[in-house]
Formats: sequence, structure tokens, C-alpha cells
Amino acid sequence: MYSEKVMDHFMNPRNVGELDTANAVAEVGNPVCGDVMKMYLEIKDGRIRDIRFKTFGCGAAIATSSMVTEMVKGKTIDEALAITNRAVAEALGGLPGNKLHCSNLAADAVHKAIHEYLLKLKEEEKQAV
Amino acid sequence: MRKIYLDNAATTRVRPEVAEVMMTHLVEKYGNPSSVHSFGREARVAVEEARGQVAALIGAKPEEIIFTSGGTEADNLALKGVARANRSKGNHIITTRIEHHAILHTAEALEKEGLEVTYLPVDQYGLVDPEEVRRSIKASTILISVMAANNEVGTVQPIREIGVIAREKGVYFHTDAVQAVGNIPIDVNADHIDLLSLSGHKIYGPKGVGVLYIRRGTRIQPIVHGGAHERNKRAGTENVPGIVGLSKAAELARIELKEHMDYLKGLRDRLISGLLSIEDVQLNGHPERRLPGNVNVSVRYVEGEAMLLSLDLKGIAASSGSACTSGSLEPSHVLLAMGIPHEVAHGSLRFSLGKFNTQEDVDYVLEVLPEIVQRLRSMSPFAAAR
Repeated sequence: MYSEKVMDHFMNPRNVGELDTANAVAEVGNPVCGDVMKMYLEIKDGRIRDIRFKTFGCGAAIATSSMVTEMVKGKTIDEALAITNRAVAEALGGLPGNKLHCSNLAADAVHKAIHEYLLKLKEEEKQAV
Repeated sequence: MRKIYLDNAATTRVRPEVAEVMMTHLVEKYGNPSSVHSFGREARVAVEEARGQVAALIGAKPEEIIFTSGGTEADNLALKGVARANRSKGNHIITTRIEHHAILHTAEALEKEGLEVTYLPVDQYGLVDPEEVRRSIKASTILISVMAANNEVGTVQPIREIGVIAREKGVYFHTDAVQAVGNIPIDVNADHIDLLSLSGHKIYGPKGVGVLYIRRGTRIQPIVHGGAHERNKRAGTENVPGIVGLSKAAELARIELKEHMDYLKGLRDRLISGLLSIEDVQLNGHPERRLPGNVNVSVRYVEGEAMLLSLDLKGIAASSGSACTSGSLEPSHVLLAMGIPHEVAHGSLRFSLGKFNTQEDVDYVLEVLPEIVQRLRSMSPFAAAR
């Protein structure tokens, strides 16, 4: 049902945990639906220096979380925003059809963290003026 | 790698004695029971003997046993057959929210035909209240269908009490006993059952064969039309290898029932107590009114499919009521009907024990599961938030 790559990321997830130096944090999903992903990003000079995740969910939810952290680490904000949920699924060698909707939210979680970071940055600039 | 099968509620391994008689009827006694020649006659004898064996298991008469393609067809025949044959009497059916989909989806299909269906709630343990059944009966009620034991949480229903009420009110009583037969005592007369579904592959028999017991005198219409097989109640050449296999499985189930129950209960209670010693694990279903082989727990802060995958990598086969494994976006309808919150239902695990399991199997699960839970919890945003 799952590709080898999915199983690898499920059993050996990359960048799992929390991040003390995070300055952008976001959570997507809902425990009622069975998937919650929380992303911790450390962004500096417009680049994602470090990233960690914590996920409650099925194998696909954990694997996509792990995969997206690898894909965006070291990338600029714009590059990270260009990575879609679909690209994450493709990088994992595909996901079963029913998983493409419910458990494939990892890129959304990263995007949400970045948007909140940018919003915060704007607020700070406003206050500085 | 060690492989341990703990999904006996899904299906069971065919017993060697069963496989042996089936083989004979595949390659030697392969006649069509409807044929007049010797090949046909010996097949007919085997089918009628099988009818007797299955009848003996549930306290029925042989002529009240109708062979079907399985439990699902038996449930379809019971509901559709009784509903359509009794339209002049009424159009109301009573069932429960925790039935197997073979009942629930059939009931929904009948609603589209104009039938009215009441879906009774259950309590936190998955139990139906017989008094609630009584209160739901109307002048137009023609059938009550309540499962004998639930496939997911193993709760054993008070079918005898419900049977008494149905009989008193003159309403037919059907029970889906697919999980119960062979695992707890069932007697269609003592329990006042008019129709009962059972399946071969849940009792160490083959897939593709089941039975609907129909009490003599019950008004019912066939749903499969064709030849005059099965007393005009179910057309189609009899699945003779399947039927003789079911017969052998039923015979052994009847002889071994007490011993089988005691053995499974021992394994079950050992597994339950071991699982409950893991932090934040709760038992789903009734603590006592429970199938001998059923274990269902919810592990907080983790999701069921992730646990199943991890267990599978350790060679352990189990199942879950999480959305991911139900094939829909919702977790198990049974757990939700019991009032279990979504996130707890997503973390459910079912281990269903069978006669081929050993204490070593149980101990192996108890050895590997805590590590799996710990690993997944270390990744979970909820566990950290505690």
C-alpha cells in the first residue's frame, strides 16, 4: 500500500521533535480528522535554517511531515512556499489515493508557519516605525 | 521473522480437518447435488449432512438452514426477504447503530424502498437496552435485527431478552451472529431467534459460504432468483466444498465450544491486563460481556494505522477503527456510537484471538507494543502537551 520511501520516512523520520530556536511555529489539521502536524521553523535572513516537526497521524501523515522538512531545510522562504503538498507526495514516490486528501498537509503546515512569521515581521516593522 | 495473526475477527485460518473434507469434494465427490446420478446423489447426501451439523450448532432443525455465499448475503436475505414478504403487515424495522455494514447498508437500501428504520443507540460499553427495543416497537414493526456480538469491540448483546420481547410482540427477530457463533453458546429456541446469520470463515471454515437460519413458518422472499435450490429461498448450485467445510467447522466448534471459550478468555485477559499497564490506554467495549477472543483498546495521543504499520513490521497482524483503516474519513461507527471521542477512536487497536494463538503470541505483543507506542508518542504533538 505504501512505497518503500514512505515506509522509510515513517520508520526513520527526519527532523522529528521540537526546536528551541524556532521563530515560526504552526499547526494544521484536527484531532477529529485524525491528523495534526506541528512545524517548528527557524528562519534567518529569509532562509529556513532549521526545522522540526511533531505529528499525530497515520503513516502517510508522518512520512509527508518528515519529507517536507528535508525538502525545505536550507531553502529560501519563496522556494519553500513553492513546494506543494503534491510535490511532497511525489517526492515520496506517491501516496495511496485516499491519503492524498486527508494526510497530505505537510507543505500546508510549512506555508502556514512562514505566513505567520511574515505577518509577525510586518507587525514588528510597523511598531518600529 | 516471527509472524503472529491476531485478526481472527476478520477471518480465520482454515482448520486442517476442514481443508481435508473440502479437498475430497473438489476433486472426488464433485457432483451437482441436483443431479440424479450417483455423483449428484453423493453430493446431495453431503449437503444434507452439513445442514444437520450446522443446525446442531445453533439448536435448529436441518430444514431451517439455508446456505448462502456468506454472512453478508445472509444479512441481506434476512432484511430484504422479510421486509418485502411482510409489506402488508408493516414497513418498520428496528436495528442498532453498531451493526456490521452488511446490516446497516442493507437497512439504508430498504429505506430507499420506503421502509422505515429505527437505529437504536448503545451505551458506553456498546450495549443495547432491551427496554429501548420494546419502546421502539410500533404496530407497523415487522422485524428487529440486533447483532449477537459486535465485531469491533466484542460486546455480547442481551439477545435472549430482546428475543423474548420480540416474541411477545409478534415481531420477527433476526440476529447477525457471525462473530458469536462458535465463540459463545447460541440456541435459537432458548434465545427466541427467528432468523440468524453465520459465516464459515469466522469459525475456521472457508470463505464464500454462510448460513441464514430461518425459523419454520417465517414469511420471507428470496433475493436471488433461479432454480429451486434451498427450498426456493436461495437459488444457485450449492457451493458443496464450502458447505462441507462449514459443516466440519461447525461440528468441531460445537464439540469444542467450552474448551475453546476458556482457552481464548485466558489469552484475552492476559493481553488486556498487559495492555492496560501501558500508560493512557483504555479498554473499549464491555469488561465482562465480551467475546472470548476480543481485545479492543485505545492508545491515547497516537493514531491507529501508524500502530498497525509498526506492528506489521514486527510481524503482528491486528486491526484498528481509525479513519485511515475504515476507508472513510470517519473513524469506526461503533466506537463513535459508544460516545468515544474521535481522537480516541483514531487510536483504537483490535486484537482478535483465535484457537491457533498461544500465550507466547500474547507476550510478544506485550513486549513490542510499548516501544511502538513510545516511539509514536515521542513524535506526537499531543503527548508533549500533557
